[in-house]
Amino acid sequence: MTDTTNPIIKFDKVIKRFGDLTVLNELDFEVKRGEKVTIIGPSGSGKSTVLRILMTLEGIDGGVVAVNGEPLWHEQGPDGLRPASEAHLRKMRGQLGMVFQQFNLFPHMSVLRNITEAPVKVLGLSKAAARERGLELLELVGLSDQADKYPHQLSGGQQQRVGIARALAMRPSILLFDEPTSALDPELVGEVLTVIGRLAEEHDLTMLLVTHEMRFAREISDRVCFFDQGQIREEGTPEELFTNPSEARTREFLQAVLD
Amino acid sequence: MLFGYAWDLSSPLAFAISIMPILLTGMWVTIQAAVLGFFVALVLGLVFAILKSAPSRWISWPATLITEFIRDTPLLVQLFFLYYVLPEYGIVLPAFMTGALALGIQYSAYTSEVYRAGLEAVPKDQHEAARALNLTAARTFTHIVVPQAVPRIVPAMGNYLVSIMKDVPVLSVVTVLEMLNVAKIVGDRTFSYLIPLSLVGGLYLIMTLVASSGVRLLDAWLPKQGIPLK
Amino acid sequence: MHWTDYIAPLMEGAWVTVQLTLYSTVLGTVLAFAAGIGKLSPNWIIKGVSVAYIEVFRGTSLLVQLFWLYFALPLAGAAIGIDLRLPPVIAGVLALGLNIGAYGAEVVRGAIQAVHNDQHEAARALNFSARQTLFNITIPQAIPEMMPSFGNLAVQNLKDTALVSLISLGDLTFRAEQIRNFTQDSTTIYSMLLFTYFGMALVVTAAMRLLERYVTRWRTVGG
Repeated sequence: MTDTTNPIIKFDKVIKRFGDLTVLNELDFEVKRGEKVTIIGPSGSGKSTVLRILMTLEGIDGGVVAVNGEPLWHEQGPDGLRPASEAHLRKMRGQLGMVFQQFNLFPHMSVLRNITEAPVKVLGLSKAAARERGLELLELVGLSDQADKYPHQLSGGQQQRVGIARALAMRPSILLFDEPTSALDPELVGEVLTVIGRLAEEHDLTMLLVTHEMRFAREISDRVCFFDQGQIREEGTPEELFTNPSEARTREFLQAVLD
Repeated sequence: MLFGYAWDLSSPLAFAISIMPILLTGMWVTIQAAVLGFFVALVLGLVFAILKSAPSRWISWPATLITEFIRDTPLLVQLFFLYYVLPEYGIVLPAFMTGALALGIQYSAYTSEVYRAGLEAVPKDQHEAARALNLTAARTFTHIVVPQAVPRIVPAMGNYLVSIMKDVPVLSVVTVLEMLNVAKIVGDRTFSYLIPLSLVGGLYLIMTLVASSGVRLLDAWLPKQGIPLK
Repeated sequence: MHWTDYIAPLMEGAWVTVQLTLYSTVLGTVLAFAAGIGKLSPNWIIKGVSVAYIEVFRGTSLLVQLFWLYFALPLAGAAIGIDLRLPPVIAGVLALGLNIGAYGAEVVRGAIQAVHNDQHEAARALNFSARQTLFNITIPQAIPEMMPSFGNLAVQNLKDTALVSLISLGDLTFRAEQIRNFTQDSTTIYSMLLFTYFGMALVVTAAMRLLERYVTRWRTVGG
């Protein structure tokens, strides 16, 4: 399932600054097609920025990000790469989907409409086809009976499952999860992780997660990256990284969070 | 000729220049009416605000009803009412005074809400803290509540002054010679409305711009360190 | 004349006032959305026109605007050879709509800007275009925020219609003035006039509440 030759995501010396703060410091990073990769690291270290750059919610200040071999924030001009136009970003964005920490559901739309709106308006699907796909996805996330409710009528865990269904409805080849369980009450975390875990097992989606759920990261990931101070300090299989980290920083971090 | 100034119809520019003193005389009346009306609105609004927050419903409900009534009926009609009805009861005021009174009454409905919102925005724990410090009710009001309410109240009041200014032309119907009225008179006599009315529009833009900047400056100058404003 | 004799002519005038209020509120709403959205446009021409419209009509007096449209515009038209003489009803609806639209535009702009950035990010992640985001995500969520202010503006607009009596349009106030000139019964006629406006304002307020409940039903459904 995993293509080992061409990375679907490639960060090449990517720099991102917020004012004086350098969040990504010449980051090099690759994800292979179908791979499930988790990024862990201290809070505020810029892990989420990696996802937000991929989702084109944040621009970059240096380097090149490529998705599927094509530059994301640049396009090919007559004299080499130039900053991407909105049209290019829209084309590239179609390959990605994102699940947000705060769910970000559309409060004025029913659950089903949250899922069908973009397929109808952006992909041009017929309403009937979008509805069929929406109901399938609701079944996948175990919310078939909630289709006509509004987001505020659902629990946080249910809302996040709708968020996952909504992202999947666009048929992305890469799905980004930005701390999908951080905003949830502890008793609701499990249902969301179960859904994500099932996706990881059953689909050939490329998945990139930022999470604080270490046990979960260990279960579903093909590879875990420890991110700190704008770079990936250490990466490896969950087995390697969690049981035998080579870097001192990684050990400190894992000790702190696993206790 | 108006106010002793003759107009010069030889060219549009000469016409515009020649009527400027007339319009500025009218503008001075506009400003006076607005300021007097604003003063009435500040005082009457405070009275309504106090009555509306009275502990007895026999006072607060009628006060609320009256301010609602004032707020929901047109200034023009209130002005007519004062201008034609008051004399029937022996109260004869100059048109200018009647006009300023009408402006003040209309806007008292709005200013009373500003006072109320400003006072209510002072958190309850401030009152409790004052009580814990054993301050008298009067001292609590003057030293704790008012200094915190003022920065909330002043900008809103300033905006109402600007609104009142824009409502002064309504007073032209009872013969007050404010800016629009004199422009209209010039137009009536010269059959040329375009220049006088356009100039009034331009002068209004300047007046409201100046007044709004004044409000903003006043707001910036007010001490409000540490006072949480929404 | 007995006061009941005033009712019929006043109702005739009231009907004109209702129509004026309705038409100018519709015009004002359209202008409010156009200029409120326009002010946020990245296109500087659209933005400039919107800002100029809002500033001019908020910065000058409604009565000045009304007189300008009724008395000055025809002369401006004559100067360039176009007949711009407006019937009073058109001048009235236009002045009222343009004026209330400028105030409404600031309400629309504020409500649109108040929609949380999370929603824009979600829309972007789902690849909505800027236009789709505005019309499908932002505006539907902004409308409930606008409703309380729109309710106030609608009542303001109703009250403002009284000014059109000054360009001899036969509205409620105009009729009352006619009767007063004839009977000199100022107290009765103006009291009736005030209460009629008050009643109409209550109806407008109630209608706006119903509308508010309708556009916010997604917030309240299911408790």
